[in-house]
Amino acid sequence: MAFSLTQSARQTHDPMDSYVYDGKSAETRNLKPGELSTGTTIMAIPFDGGVVLGADSRVSTGTYVANRTSDKISQLHDRIWACRSGSAADTQALTDYVRHYLGQLAIETGRLPTVKTAAYLMRKLCYENKDNLMAGVIVGGWDPVEGGSVYNIPLGGTCIKMPFAIGGSGSTYIYGLVDSEFTADMGKNEAVTLVKKAISHAMARDGSSGGIIRTVIVSEGSNEREYIPGNNLPYGP
Amino acid sequence: TKTGTTIVGLVYKNGVVLGADTRATNGTEVADKDCEKIHFLAPNIYCCGAGTAADTEKTTELISSNLELLRMNTGMKQSRVVTACTLLKRMLFRYQGHIGAALVLGGCDSKGPHVYQIYPHGSTGKLPYTTMGSGSLAAMSVFETGWTENMEEADAVELAKRAILAGVFNDLGSGSNCDTCVIRLDGTVSFDRGAVKPNDVGPFRDAIQRSDRLNMTKGTTATLNSSFVKHNRVTLADVTVTEMEA
Repeated sequence: MAFSLTQSARQTHDPMDSYVYDGKSAETRNLKPGELSTGTTIMAIPFDGGVVLGADSRVSTGTYVANRTSDKISQLHDRIWACRSGSAADTQALTDYVRHYLGQLAIETGRLPTVKTAAYLMRKLCYENKDNLMAGVIVGGWDPVEGGSVYNIPLGGTCIKMPFAIGGSGSTYIYGLVDSEFTADMGKNEAVTLVKKAISHAMARDGSSGGIIRTVIVSEGSNEREYIPGNNLPYGP
Repeated sequence: TKTGTTIVGLVYKNGVVLGADTRATNGTEVADKDCEKIHFLAPNIYCCGAGTAADTEKTTELISSNLELLRMNTGMKQSRVVTACTLLKRMLFRYQGHIGAALVLGGCDSKGPHVYQIYPHGSTGKLPYTTMGSGSLAAMSVFETGWTENMEEADAVELAKRAILAGVFNDLGSGSNCDTCVIRLDGTVSFDRGAVKPNDVGPFRDAIQRSDRLNMTKGTTATLNSSFVKHNRVTLADVTVTEMEA
């Protein structure tokens, strides 16, 4: 089965026809046996002048943790990053494609690509290959047009610009926390604190999330990469 | 599902150490008691393979060939480990997991020592130490207890051996011997086939008394007649060469 970028003729069955509640999340239900999942907690919050992206670091095959220190925040361009969740292979391939396209675009236009463009490219791939992919991505970054912005691209290939975005199997546990603590005009430090707190809480409750918390703080002048070791989390046993 | 094998790779002070067991299984039967699971990719890059034996063998052969062609076509003196990793993952992703090759890739290049883990569906991870195969849990427990940063070579090799032996003895899919391969930053490689042989049955098999009738010496079968005809080789003298008109 080749990986095709064009729109495929779809004779699919509607997965809702055979839907049975089995306790599995959308992230893990459709993985093939043996496939690696970045069943995950990822989030991104824009602040004035940039964006904070955060993720846990657990990659699992079933119940075994294949990589406990993985990096789920991939760089797409100078100031554009993407948080990956779902199938590790699919999301790595997707970010490679988008990175390639953005690099080419930057050379051809002579300017920094916008986060909107990056999200559009990612969405196009995710939507048109939805039958063969299992990928939930959050694209975030800084560009001269919009400043800091965040786009959430969940499983089916929807692309929505959001004031903040959370994703991955662990995100279900922190909707309440983030909804109550998020405010629209957060500064950089407040945003970083919230990201670290929320991901800690998700890691405490979600079996597929764990390890360390990686963060990337993107602003006009710089990308700051940090991580918190698993025994120094703001919350947790 | 894991695949019958224990393979490991780790980074130490002066390079990388790769290790593998030597059992190849066909279901519950042992098909090969001493197979080679550490494959050559480039003079400075080797790859351990778990999963479908044919897939790991042919995939690593193909990428080894492509790396050599790339070196020749671009005048590179040495391939980068990340190049090998990218070539492998792009191919494995294209085949959507149908090529059952789970690899531990290790080597040294101008950027330092590197170890990668590569899964059949095409995902990769770059780590200071990793294990794969059905015996990976046994081996990883050894690594998680014993690995430290900047180990000395002797300690690193010993740790890799201990990890493989953990798989050999505690995992049914792994067994027989332990092979190791040390790739150093200075470019030297030590491929130690049969570094540890805890299951050597050679002496036991030799000690078995068998009937002398099983040892058939030359002359047991009588020769009735023999003749020898030399192969007729065509020499240049036999060939007439006529030049074509321009």
